[in-house]
Amino acid sequence: MIPKFASEAPRKLANFGIGAPVAANAFDRLRSIVLSVFLIVVLTLPAFAGAFDDAVAKFANDEFSDTEEAIGMVASSGNPLAFPIISALHDDRLSADPDTKKVYITQQDGKIIDAATGTPVAKLPDNAASVRLNNRLRRSVEAALGSLTLLSPDPAKRIAAAQTVFKSHEESALPVVEGALAKETNNAVKAAFAEARAAILLNKSGTSDADRLEAIATIKARGDQEALALLTDLSDQSPLVAKAAATAVSSIQSRLAIWSAVQNAWYGLSLGSVLLLAAIGLAITFGVMGVINMAHGEMVMLGAYTTFVVQDIIRTSFPGLFDYSLFIAVPLAFLVAGAIGVLIERTIIRFLYGRPLETLLATWGISLVLQQAVRTAFGPTNREVGNPSWMSGAFELGQITITYNRLWILCFTLAVFAILLAMLRYTALGLEMRAVTQNRRMAASMGIATSRVDALTFGLGSGIAGIAGVALSQIDNVSPNLGQSYIIDSFMVVVFGGVGNLWGTLVGAFTLGIANKFLEPVAGAVLAKIAILVLIILFIQKRPRGLFALKGRAVEA
Amino acid sequence: MPHVLTRSLDRGTTLFVILVAACGVLIPLSNLLLPTGSMLQVPTYLVALFGKYACYAVLALSIDLIWGYCGILSLGHGAFFALGGYAMGMYLMRQIGSRGVYGNPVLPDFMVFLNYPKLPWYWHGFDMFWFAALMVVVVPGLLAFCFGWLAFRSRVTGVYLSIITQAMTYALLLAFFRNDFGFGGNNGLTDFKDILGFNVQAEGTRAALFALSCLAIIVAFLTCRAVVTSKLGKVLIAVRDAESRTRFLGYRVESYKLFVFTLSACMAGVAGALYVPQVGIINPSEFAPANSIEAVIWVAVGGRGTLIGAAIGAVVVNYAKTYFTSGPLAPYWLFMLGALFILVTLLLPKGIVGTFNPWSERWKADRLTANSESAAAEDGVSEPRLAE
Repeated sequence: MIPKFASEAPRKLANFGIGAPVAANAFDRLRSIVLSVFLIVVLTLPAFAGAFDDAVAKFANDEFSDTEEAIGMVASSGNPLAFPIISALHDDRLSADPDTKKVYITQQDGKIIDAATGTPVAKLPDNAASVRLNNRLRRSVEAALGSLTLLSPDPAKRIAAAQTVFKSHEESALPVVEGALAKETNNAVKAAFAEARAAILLNKSGTSDADRLEAIATIKARGDQEALALLTDLSDQSPLVAKAAATAVSSIQSRLAIWSAVQNAWYGLSLGSVLLLAAIGLAITFGVMGVINMAHGEMVMLGAYTTFVVQDIIRTSFPGLFDYSLFIAVPLAFLVAGAIGVLIERTIIRFLYGRPLETLLATWGISLVLQQAVRTAFGPTNREVGNPSWMSGAFELGQITITYNRLWILCFTLAVFAILLAMLRYTALGLEMRAVTQNRRMAASMGIATSRVDALTFGLGSGIAGIAGVALSQIDNVSPNLGQSYIIDSFMVVVFGGVGNLWGTLVGAFTLGIANKFLEPVAGAVLAKIAILVLIILFIQKRPRGLFALKGRAVEA
Repeated sequence: MPHVLTRSLDRGTTLFVILVAACGVLIPLSNLLLPTGSMLQVPTYLVALFGKYACYAVLALSIDLIWGYCGILSLGHGAFFALGGYAMGMYLMRQIGSRGVYGNPVLPDFMVFLNYPKLPWYWHGFDMFWFAALMVVVVPGLLAFCFGWLAFRSRVTGVYLSIITQAMTYALLLAFFRNDFGFGGNNGLTDFKDILGFNVQAEGTRAALFALSCLAIIVAFLTCRAVVTSKLGKVLIAVRDAESRTRFLGYRVESYKLFVFTLSACMAGVAGALYVPQVGIINPSEFAPANSIEAVIWVAVGGRGTLIGAAIGAVVVNYAKTYFTSGPLAPYWLFMLGALFILVTLLLPKGIVGTFNPWSERWKADRLTANSESAAAEDGVSEPRLAE
């Protein structure tokens, strides 16, 4: 076999590899006409067993032109073996015996069947060689595969095939698309087919202006980036059509602009929820105790590592519980981070009250120790934390894609916020915390054990940070540096939103998140971040105590 | 009046100046004149290392001036240090000339690599040493002036100021990481050849740079002493201890703060400029907020508000860092540094010098009482006062 290939290869190259473009174009057209004729004939007469066998046998001729013909005939045969044959050809799994003119499919599991009849074969004949393709044929194969999947029983596959046709808008696919459109009952698939047909008609020469206008209307209704690309690429159209296309382009552009604004807003909300989650614990400790906790980020990191440990235990011992891992991790992370928070407050921060700058330095030291401890225990590399099944995936809303994990984190953040707010409002501890925030001396005089409140507040803030870590482990790398990447942003949120008011933190987080995401497309991610930092620095000049500052005597107390 | 004792060069400070001067003369001499391998010869690598420490000491002095005497805790002083370093680095880059890898006489290598058509406007003039030297002081000073003018005028104090200085250095870090910012992006500026015509790598140049760094310590120290022992210095201490009271007494607190903050930034810039030729590289990681906080802890370790302590703290902490990070204990260095932060603030609030210096004992005690009282009243945030 090998010598034969070697001797024939140069001839094949001369024929197809370096053909003049004009000739190739003419040939293309001819080919597509042949293909269309076949398709039309065969769609009306689906079963044509003899022709199918002949067509399959042509693969064995080892001539590119015969292979091309065979592809067209097989693809349009409607025979159930057509799809396996073409896909085998596509994946280089189709072999042919030139002597017996038999063609074989090597299936993906390694079994071999006769392509014409589908009967299993023990082994390939010795002189069977795989059917060769060149680039032009590969395109035909892909087009044939596309039209074959247009008739697939699975609606999702039909839609995908229709999208492929929409993008390629090959004239040759028109008959199949039209045939499929006529038979289609599913509305979504029907729309996809109609769009594919419109795309083909619009790019085909010889379509009437009326058809073109209709096609433009269909594509305009689709209104996404691809529709826009299709319409902007149009050339050589009559003035009427060109005008309609231009109108459609501008209408699609304005619609896309709105969608991109919606998308930015969604990204901003998502970023804002992450910021809020990271900053809310800080807001509590800073607001109530005036303590700048530089180790706050490390509490977030501890929460993330708690999730990792929980998932690790579940993976090795209770694989069935994986989807519930986060429900176990949330309370555990709260307890772990909260306990460490109380420990830190009792052993270190307690002695530094009234010296905020020293507290800042000491907590920075704590953050270094915690980071290094985690690095020693778990290694410096990222640890893998998986998404439970209900958090993976995404869905489409109009032109934007919303991932479930971001959506859940937004809901989770709002839930945490609501719970915290309710806790401050309705529980005894909440009442005491508010009293201490507003006027520490007065609260102490009224019999509130302020040092107990301080310890619990610090524990609560740290615990919330731990919960934040569980959520962030779903979207970020779990590494010892996890906390550091959030600490400056969290401070910005708290400083921007104002101290001692959770609503300020909420508004601050979402404002910064959305502003960041709207600046990003204009200025780029890094410049947007710098711009936000500079804006906050300037904002602080105007309102040194943040957006929602406590007013009156509470500030001076 | 304990201040009268510290008014001029007292015994301790004179001793310090003489000691630094002796180091600045003897170490280079021993390195250059004594034969290699001799007991007393200081190896070249140590000269470079000590030179680095000396630059850190100047940075620590600049931080102590504002933190120890004016109560401004800047967590972004590394930014001024790095800006001074970049100004010097730009001069050194221009000195490479056509000796770079791409041999372009005007554009530094990274600009050729990134397809810059011509030199960005802000790189002009850096081929002249006097201009670069001026920029070393002017750029950090200008940034500090603008920043301080905005911050102090609207009375941003305490932890708020600390946080926004941290944000400032963080923003600069992000900016300098960008390739299109024109400062070499991630890699920074490096591969320097010579300074004022002398080879940067040569022993003589290193010794001279070390001597210059020691001179910088002395000049910075004397400047700080002059400031803090003057009448101005007394107002600064008053601002530190009771800002509102000082304001009510008729002093323009923001002007005092602005002056000392700008002066301090200029000093940090000089420290950075001396640092760069000695380590041979400046890159954006110098802007990292962690660096600035580390510099603050040098001051805390040595003794806040003592000046001498700041310089000593910088050398001690950095020597410990070099010692531990190069040995088998390297993975534990962060534990130690973290513990240092915690223990110094908890147990050694006066630092090494403050604790062991008998002369300033009483003065310190007075100051600390006054400080904790007023800090509680002044910092605006409602902080706990468990002691009461």
